[in-house]
Amino acid sequence: MLDLFAAASAEGAWTVGEVTRRARAVIEAGLPPLWVRGEVSGLKVWQSGHWYFALRDKTAQLRCVMFARDNRRLPAPPADGMQVFVFGRPTLWEDKGEFRLTVLELLSTEAGGLWKLALEQAKAALARDGLLDPARKRPLPPYPRRIAVVTSPDGAALRDIIAVTRLRWPPAELLVIPARVQGDGAAADVCRALALVGRLEAVDVVIVGRGGGAAEDLWTFNNEQVARAVAAVPVPVISAVGHETDVTLCDLVADHRAPTPSAAAAAATPDRAELLQQLTHLGSRLARGLAARSELVAQRCDRTLDRLGAAMALRIERWRHQLSAVSGQLDVLSPLKTLERGYAVARDAEGRVLKRVAQFAPGLSFRLRVVDGDVPARVRES
Amino acid sequence: MAEPNFQEQLERLEEIVRRLEAPDLDLDAALKLFEEGVERLRQARERLTAAEAKVRQVLATHAGKPKVEDFDG
Repeated sequence: MLDLFAAASAEGAWTVGEVTRRARAVIEAGLPPLWVRGEVSGLKVWQSGHWYFALRDKTAQLRCVMFARDNRRLPAPPADGMQVFVFGRPTLWEDKGEFRLTVLELLSTEAGGLWKLALEQAKAALARDGLLDPARKRPLPPYPRRIAVVTSPDGAALRDIIAVTRLRWPPAELLVIPARVQGDGAAADVCRALALVGRLEAVDVVIVGRGGGAAEDLWTFNNEQVARAVAAVPVPVISAVGHETDVTLCDLVADHRAPTPSAAAAAATPDRAELLQQLTHLGSRLARGLAARSELVAQRCDRTLDRLGAAMALRIERWRHQLSAVSGQLDVLSPLKTLERGYAVARDAEGRVLKRVAQFAPGLSFRLRVVDGDVPARVRES
Repeated sequence: MAEPNFQEQLERLEEIVRRLEAPDLDLDAALKLFEEGVERLRQARERLTAAEAKVRQVLATHAGKPKVEDFDG
């Protein structure tokens, strides 16, 4: 009993700091970094980016912290209730006297894990805002003049896009907007580049993407902010993330999804060779059209000529009829008929008809026209 | 850009051909259309064969304004 009180003397008692420091040393020496499996509960994300949560099982719980520098590689914090594996260093926080696990790595046990979770959350948010509506998708312009390309300036993706565009559609102008497409800061870079498109004049279509790569590197294009930046571009966007199997959020929001950068360039442009063929075809139709038109006019001329001829023949035939009718009448009226009946016509040397006695001066020579000829005659001299 | 774009050019060409192929057109009008068609064909062809796709790059200034310059990649 006395011993106990002696130990409580100023010299014998431990300070709080000494105990906690000692406890921490014991814990850290006795429990090396280890994997722990449990269910996430009470997760809080602090302004600083650090994650605080507890891991639980049926009998106990373990408080955890995952600092921003370690959780930055992960797409999203785990949801409460999620089964996870964490790799961490057990320690004791001396200022609070709390036993903690400093988490260095966190893996979800579910298929696809955190990536899938984050993707689903972002997708749901985009769907809520109507950004995944297929009706939003705009048709690509058939003959673009300016094509903006958001990608890494020294990647294979850009080289492919330039090569395909040069081959298919030389009238185009490519505007490269450089952006990092993987690693830290890539998402922000791509967002900035996409925002710049809206400030450029007369851009007809945008290609955003990258060449192939590991699936984890797709995260930039599964970023909700990037997807929203794609949706905000005022002209149609082609997403070319270079991954055949995984459809990214960027793909879902874009107006057109291409499996590779080359395919994106082909989707953005018409084929010059095809167009030249089409022009040739139009040219021959043009020539044929004119030829047909001239042929038609010539035919019409021929037809007109034929009708003219037929009309003339008809007219002539009619004239002929009229003529014979008239000549019948003429026949009746003809003086020859009268002469035939025995009359004669007297005419002077000038051919004037002598009708009155007074015209027959004594000694006048004249001619008598009878039916079958002229007879010379003279008036007797008194 | 005052010059008609390729689409307008192509659409006008198709219209010319269609009108030329329609039966009710006098020869004068047909000749005029033909001449226009030939000229437009020439321009379209030139567009497709003369150019080589230009590549330029866009950088943002501090003010966030885009600056377009030649690209040597």
